[in-house]
Amino acid sequence: MKPALRRAVLLGPATLWIGLFLVLPLTLMAYVSTLERGPSGGVLWDRHSADAYLQFLFERDLMDRLVLNTDYLHIFARSILLAGVTTLLTLAVGFPTALWMAFQSERLRLVLVFVVTVPFWTNILVRNYAWMLILRTGGTLDWLLTALHLPGPPLEILYTPWATGIGLTYSFLPYMILPIFVSLEKIDRRLIEAAYDLGADRWRVLARVILPLTAPGLAGGAILVFIPGLGAFISPELLGGAKSMMIGGLIQQQFGQSRNWPFGAALAFVLLAMVLLALWAHALRYRRERADE
Amino acid sequence: MIRRLILAATTALLLAAPADVQAQSKELLLFNWTNYMPPALLKRFEAETGIKVTLDTYDTNESMLAKLQAGGSGYDLVVPTGPTVKQMIHDGLLLKSDVQSMPNYKNIRAPFDKPEFDPAREYSAPYMWGTTGIAYDTAIAKEKLTDSWKEIFEPRPEFAGKLAMLSDMGEVFAAAAFYLGFDRCTDNPEQGQAILELLQRQKPAVKVYSASGTVDRMASGEVAMHQAWNGAFHRAQAKRATLAYIYPREGTNLWADNFVIPKGARNIDNAKLFINFMLDPKNAGEASNFTGYNNTITGSEALLTDALKADAAVNTPANMMGRLNLSRECPKTNLDLREKVWTRLQR
Repeated sequence: MKPALRRAVLLGPATLWIGLFLVLPLTLMAYVSTLERGPSGGVLWDRHSADAYLQFLFERDLMDRLVLNTDYLHIFARSILLAGVTTLLTLAVGFPTALWMAFQSERLRLVLVFVVTVPFWTNILVRNYAWMLILRTGGTLDWLLTALHLPGPPLEILYTPWATGIGLTYSFLPYMILPIFVSLEKIDRRLIEAAYDLGADRWRVLARVILPLTAPGLAGGAILVFIPGLGAFISPELLGGAKSMMIGGLIQQQFGQSRNWPFGAALAFVLLAMVLLALWAHALRYRRERADE
Repeated sequence: MIRRLILAATTALLLAAPADVQAQSKELLLFNWTNYMPPALLKRFEAETGIKVTLDTYDTNESMLAKLQAGGSGYDLVVPTGPTVKQMIHDGLLLKSDVQSMPNYKNIRAPFDKPEFDPAREYSAPYMWGTTGIAYDTAIAKEKLTDSWKEIFEPRPEFAGKLAMLSDMGEVFAAAAFYLGFDRCTDNPEQGQAILELLQRQKPAVKVYSASGTVDRMASGEVAMHQAWNGAFHRAQAKRATLAYIYPREGTNLWADNFVIPKGARNIDNAKLFINFMLDPKNAGEASNFTGYNNTITGSEALLTDALKADAAVNTPANMMGRLNLSRECPKTNLDLREKVWTRLQR
């Protein structure tokens, strides 16, 4: 086989895969975002317009002038904030968990990794409904507090941003634990021993040896939590009581109740662009740090 | 001779077989509102006809339309409200179902046999009808509530933080419009602004916006007040006797849901069979006893439970009839306005 042909054959499956499942749907969405909305849903395939993108920032007032409309910016800002808080919370819970896991015996480690992934076996919707039963007034949590004669109930947590936060943290925790755990597991234990031998205390070992060596895992976990967190839709809807919209809910509404496909597609692309920019900035910084070393 | 006969018979059978199989598909894909059809009734339909029913559910007309228009859903039967039926006919989304030629058509009670949205009943057959009002817990109220939308839009302190609104932009917008004395199909931006301000002032007192799970939410006492459909109220009251229903004096929504066959349906004959089945008094009565809503079928009255017959929220008393406004199709300018209001409310 000629090298050129060989290369084509070997690259074929991957190219086909990416083309079929990534490029094609994204191109279609990009195209839809430039179309005019159909009179009762759907799109007019032959009429182009920039309305969908204009609508993100502007609206027409009574005099048919374009005026700034910050509704959607608010929704994006809220989503970024909530995704950020979720990332911090999963980090706060996930890092100590992963640290503890990484220093167990090999057999126990296997069991623990298995336990962390167990929630994935059930549908995320079912797990969110379970949280509704736990958090609702007179639910499991209130019942438990009453049974233990603790003050508090009724806590009235369900349908508040707290409930959304709990739901998101719970849903995304495994995505934080697993990459950190992998980084921690790879650390050469002799480095830690050496640090102790040289007189470092526990905190110094953690701050100067373990944390820097797990940086890639931390970054990976943060990306895996933050980006899907931006588009989270089920937890805010079910646990937050649909009172404050998030990007995911907004996009869902455009393809659902509002039947405004071009705007929904445009929103998805604005989100995609923001995520790509953030990742690019991160990559640039990372590269510069490397160059400085 | 005999051999030739057998051969001919076999050939005929073979030729006939595929056509036969096609005519007798044994499936029906039903797309209905949540909690809106007794499972036992579906079981009985399956037992009587041998047709397997697959039920899928939605919580607003809009989300149902969105799913149909995305294409390829393959549903054989959906249950839109009157104005949505009209819009679907207009948009060419429906197949004619010839309800008039069905044996049980005669059971449909006037005026439901000639509705404004489908006067000749070419496309649709009636299912349930009901009203939208306020359900509240009298055990929580410090005094008797008035019969006004004010009670939910400007709630008393004991209901603040304990009330729920339907997450149905049409219902919420209409209720606010009734309260403020506007037309429910208004497209006037200033009226839209007034509605938005009313809803924004109300929002801190709202615990949740949701149009599904309403029965359980009221029955469990999770909320003490709910913008509610009357059947949901009826079912919740069976579990929590202190609940009461208000027909707001400023006016409220009277709606009727209908079976229609969307284009793209694959089991049209089965869908028609099901429609005729549901027009039977016995089945309509059984459905009402489950959903808590009134149906439109003559002869089903005798089969209703006493609790249903006695409930003024279901059997609207004559003096309340004037408060009911039949829901109608709003112009697109109104849909745009109410969507803007809805998004800004949740921003």
